[in-house]
Amino acid sequence: MTTTTPSSQKQDAQPGRVARLGAVGGDWLDQRTAGGGLVKFLGRKIFPDHWSFMFGEVALYSFVILLVSGTFLTMFFVPSMDEVVYDGVYGPMQGAHMSRAFESTLHLSFEVKGGLLFRQMHHWAALVFMVAIFVHMFRVFFTGAFRKPRELNWLVGFSLMVLGMVAGFSGYSLPDDVLSGNGLRVVDGLMKGIPIVGTYLSMLLFGGEFPGHDIIPRLFTIHILLVPAAILGLIAIHLTLLVLSKHTHYPGPGRTDRNVVGFPVFPVYAAKAGGFFFLVFGIITLISATTAINAVWIYGPYDPSPVSAGSQPDWYMLWTDGGLRLIPGWEFTIFGYVISLNILLPMAIYGGLLAFLALYPFLEAWVTGDDREHHVLDLPYNNPVRTGLGVAWITIYLILALGATNDLIALKLHLSINDLTWLFRVSIFVAPVLVFYITKRLCIAMQRHKRGLALHGVETSKVVRMPNGEMLEIHEPLNEYDRWVLVQHDDFRPLKAGKGVSALRAKATSFFFKDYISPVTPAELREALDHAAHEKHEIDAVTGGDYTVPSAKVGH
Amino acid sequence: MKALAARRHHPMALLVILLLALVATGGLYAAFQPRTAQAETYTADDIQQGEALFLANCATCHGRSGEGLQDADGNTLGPSLIGVGAAAVDFQVGTGRMPMENSGAQAWRKPPQMNEEQTRQLSAYVASLGPGPSLPDEQYLDPANGDATKGGEIFRINCAMCHNAAGAGGALTRGKFAPTLDGVEPKHVYEAMETGPQNMPVFNDDNLTAQDKNDVIAYLHALEENGSPGGLSLGSLGPVTEGLYAWTIILSLLTACAVWLGAKAK
Ligand code: HEC
Ligand code: HEC
Ligand code: HEM
Repeated sequence: MTTTTPSSQKQDAQPGRVARLGAVGGDWLDQRTAGGGLVKFLGRKIFPDHWSFMFGEVALYSFVILLVSGTFLTMFFVPSMDEVVYDGVYGPMQGAHMSRAFESTLHLSFEVKGGLLFRQMHHWAALVFMVAIFVHMFRVFFTGAFRKPRELNWLVGFSLMVLGMVAGFSGYSLPDDVLSGNGLRVVDGLMKGIPIVGTYLSMLLFGGEFPGHDIIPRLFTIHILLVPAAILGLIAIHLTLLVLSKHTHYPGPGRTDRNVVGFPVFPVYAAKAGGFFFLVFGIITLISATTAINAVWIYGPYDPSPVSAGSQPDWYMLWTDGGLRLIPGWEFTIFGYVISLNILLPMAIYGGLLAFLALYPFLEAWVTGDDREHHVLDLPYNNPVRTGLGVAWITIYLILALGATNDLIALKLHLSINDLTWLFRVSIFVAPVLVFYITKRLCIAMQRHKRGLALHGVETSKVVRMPNGEMLEIHEPLNEYDRWVLVQHDDFRPLKAGKGVSALRAKATSFFFKDYISPVTPAELREALDHAAHEKHEIDAVTGGDYTVPSAKVGH
Repeated sequence: MKALAARRHHPMALLVILLLALVATGGLYAAFQPRTAQAETYTADDIQQGEALFLANCATCHGRSGEGLQDADGNTLGPSLIGVGAAAVDFQVGTGRMPMENSGAQAWRKPPQMNEEQTRQLSAYVASLGPGPSLPDEQYLDPANGDATKGGEIFRINCAMCHNAAGAGGALTRGKFAPTLDGVEPKHVYEAMETGPQNMPVFNDDNLTAQDKNDVIAYLHALEENGSPGGLSLGSLGPVTEGLYAWTIILSLLTACAVWLGAKAK
C-alpha cells in the first residue's frame, strides 16, 4: 500500500506552519505518553476529499449534538408515570391530570431557560442524524464501497442505522404525549400479533397490561444508557475499521486499488472536519431556534382514548407504519389462536427489506464471484443492476412511507384516501420492477454515451465536406484526465455453470451481467485514436486547421 | 407582613383572584342578560323576506318550501330543511357553504354570499318550517367564559381524530375531509357542534352541554392565542412535515456546506 498526495494539492494546503505546530504538539504528547507513534500514524493517514464522503461525518456530528443536548434534557426530564395535576405556566393545561414525564416535558419547554431550544435541538439533531445515516449508506451502496475488504464495516454501519431507529423511537416515546403513546400502542399491537408468545412479550416489555406503569422508566434506561452506549461502541469500531482498511476514492488518474489519494489527516483534514462540525452545529441550532418540532402540549398527555388525525411516527419509522396501513385486514383463527396476517405479513416484509440491505455485499460477491479487494469506487452507472436494485429498494421504502402518510396526502392534495391506498397497494408491486428496469436502462445508456465520448471525443456539430463529397464531423478529443475516468472501470466476466458453480448461481450471474457493456480496451482506444488522428489529418488538409465556421469568418 | 407578601406572590393567589373575578362577572352577566330565546325574536317580516331569499337562492335544490328535492335518478339535490333549525342555516350560510356551488364530495367553505341581515332572514324562514336548534346564546360564545383545560380534554377526545390535535384538519374517507378550525368564529364552532354539518357528528346538549361547547371554544381560542412558541409550526401537521423539512431544507443546507468545503480543497 502506498499513500500519495498529489504535489499540486500539497502546495495549496500549505502544511508548513501548522504542521510544525502539530510536530511540537506531537512531541509533547510523545514524551509523556509514548503514544506519539499512534498520533503520527493517524496524523499521516490520507483521506480523500469529496462532498459525498461527508455525510458520515454529518451523522457523527449530529450524534455528538444528541449527546450534549440529551445530557441537558436528563437534568430536567423525570421518567415517571406517576399521575400529577399540572400547575405550570401553560394555560390550556392547568389543572389537567398527566404523568410526571409529560409534566416535566412541559416544564422543560416553558419554564427551564433554553429548555425548549434544547428539546428542539435534540429532536432536530435526531432527524438529521437519521437523514445523514441514510444518505451516507446509499452513497456507500451506489459506489460499491461495501465490497471486499469493507463488508464487515457495512454490517457495522447497518447496525448503527437500526440502533438509530431504536434510539429515535425510544426517545419519541419518552414525553408520554398522545402521539408517543399511540406509537407504543402500535408496538404493543405488533408484539401481540406474534402467535403464541406475543402476549407474553408485550407483558414483559410493559410490565403488565399496556400501558402499565413501567414502560417510561424502562425506555429511559434504554434511551439514555443502553442504546447510546451501543452506538458509541459501534462508532468506535466503524472508525477503527475505516482507518485499517483505508478510505476508498473515486476513479481518477493515479488512483488505483493499491493507493489512497487525498490529504493527510493532520492538519488539512482535521481543520476541515473541525470547521464542518461547527457548520453542522450551527445549522441545527439555527433550525431549532426558528422551527418548532414535536409540540407535545398540543398533542396533550397520553390517554388511551384519543387518536388525533395526522398521527405519524418520526420519518425514519414511517415505513414501519405504511405496511400496516396498506395491508387489508386479513386475520384467521386456528386452534383458538388468532393469526393476524395483517400484522405478520408487514413484519415479514420489513424483515426482508432490512435483511436485503444487510446481506447485499455478500449476495453480490456470491453472484459475481468477485473476491478481489476494491479501493477505487464504482461510478453508479457502471454497475446498472446494483444501481437498479438500490433504486428499487428505495422505491419500496418510499411507497411504505407514503402509505403511512396517506391521510395527509389526501387532505393536502384533495384526493380520496381510499384511492390512494389502492394506488400504493398496486404500486408497491409494480413500481419497484418498473423503476429497476428504467434505472438499469438509463445506466446502460449513460455507459454507451461515455464509451463513445472516450473513443471519439466530444461532437462539435461542425461538419467538413471532403473533396470527395464525404462529410466528416469535427470531434474534440477529451483530455487525458477526463478520458481516464471513462475507461478505467472494472471489466468482469460472468461465472459459467459447472466447476463448482451451481445452476442458480450461474443464472444470477447472467442476470447481473446481461446487457453488460465492457469498458474500452487499450487496443480499441489505440485504434480509435489512430482513426481520429487520421481524420483530423484529412480535415486539416481541407480547413488548414482553422475550425471556425464560414459564416463566422465572414463577420471577421 | 413578610409572610403576606410572600403569599401574594404565590401563583395560586393570582388564579384565585382570577376565578373570583370570573365568577363575579359571570353572575352579573347572567343576572342582566335578556332571557328571551333567539328563535322568538324573528318578526313575521323577517320570515317573509327570508322566504323570498330562499325561493331565489335555495329552492332549486331544497325545494320551494324546504322539503328537499331529488333529481330524475333519485339523487338528492338538497336535503329537507324542515327541522334543521336556525343554527344550521346560520352555520351553512354564514360560512359560505350555502348556497352550494357545485356538487362534490363536500360543500366547501367560501366567502359568504349573504350579508348578516339576509342570513338572519333565511334562518328565520327555515326556523319557521319546523322546530330545530336555535342560534347559540351569546354567553356561551365568549372564550373568557370557558375552561380551556376542560375544553382541551373534550377536544382531544371528541374532535382531534377528525380535525387533528392542533385543529389543522384531517382526511376522511373518499375525498371528504374535516377542515382546519384556524380562524373559525366561535359562533360557527358552536353551531357546527350543535348541527353536525355533513360528515361531522351532531354533538347535542346531551353529549356536550352548552358549557362544554363553551369550553371547546375557549380551548380553540387559547390555541390560537398561544401560537407556536417553538417557531415556525410547519402547518402543525406533525412528524411528516418535520421529516420533509429535514430531507429538503436541512439536507440542502448541509450538502451545500459539504460541497463548499469539498470545493475549497481544489
Ligand atoms: C346546488 C344545490 C344547493 C343550493 C343552491 C343550496 N343548497 Fe343547501 N344543501 C345542498 C346539499 C346537497 C346539502 C347537503 C350537504 C350534505 O349534507 O352533504 C345542503 C345542506 C344544507 C343545510 C344543512 C342541512 C342539515 O341537515 O344540517 C342547510 C341548512 C342548507 N343546505 C341551507 C341552504 C340555504 C339557506 C340555501 C340558500 C341560500 C341553500 N342551502 C342552497 C344543496 C344546495
Ligand atoms: C367524524 C369526524 C368529525 C368529528 C368527530 C368532528 N368534526 Fe367538525 N367537521 C367535520 C367535517 C367533515 C366538517 C366539514 C363539514 C362541512 O364542510 O359542511 C366539519 C366542520 C367543522 C367546523 C366548521 C369549520 C369551517 O371551516 O367552517 C367546525 C367549527 C367543527 N367541525 C368543529 C368540530 C368540533 C369542535 C368537534 C368536536 C366536538 C368536531 N368538529 C368533531 C368532521 C368532524
Ligand atoms: C442516540 C441518538 C439519540 C436519538 C436518535 C435521540 C432521539 C430522541 C428523540 C426523538 C426524543 C424526543 C424528544 C422530544 O421531542 O421531546 C428524545 C428525547 C429525549 N432524549 Fe434522546 N436521542 C438520542 C440520544 C440521547 C442521549 C445520549 C441522551 C442522554 C444522555 C438523551 C436524552 C433524552 C431525554 C432525557 C429525552 C426526553 C426529554 C424530552 O422529551 O423533552 N437522548 N430523544
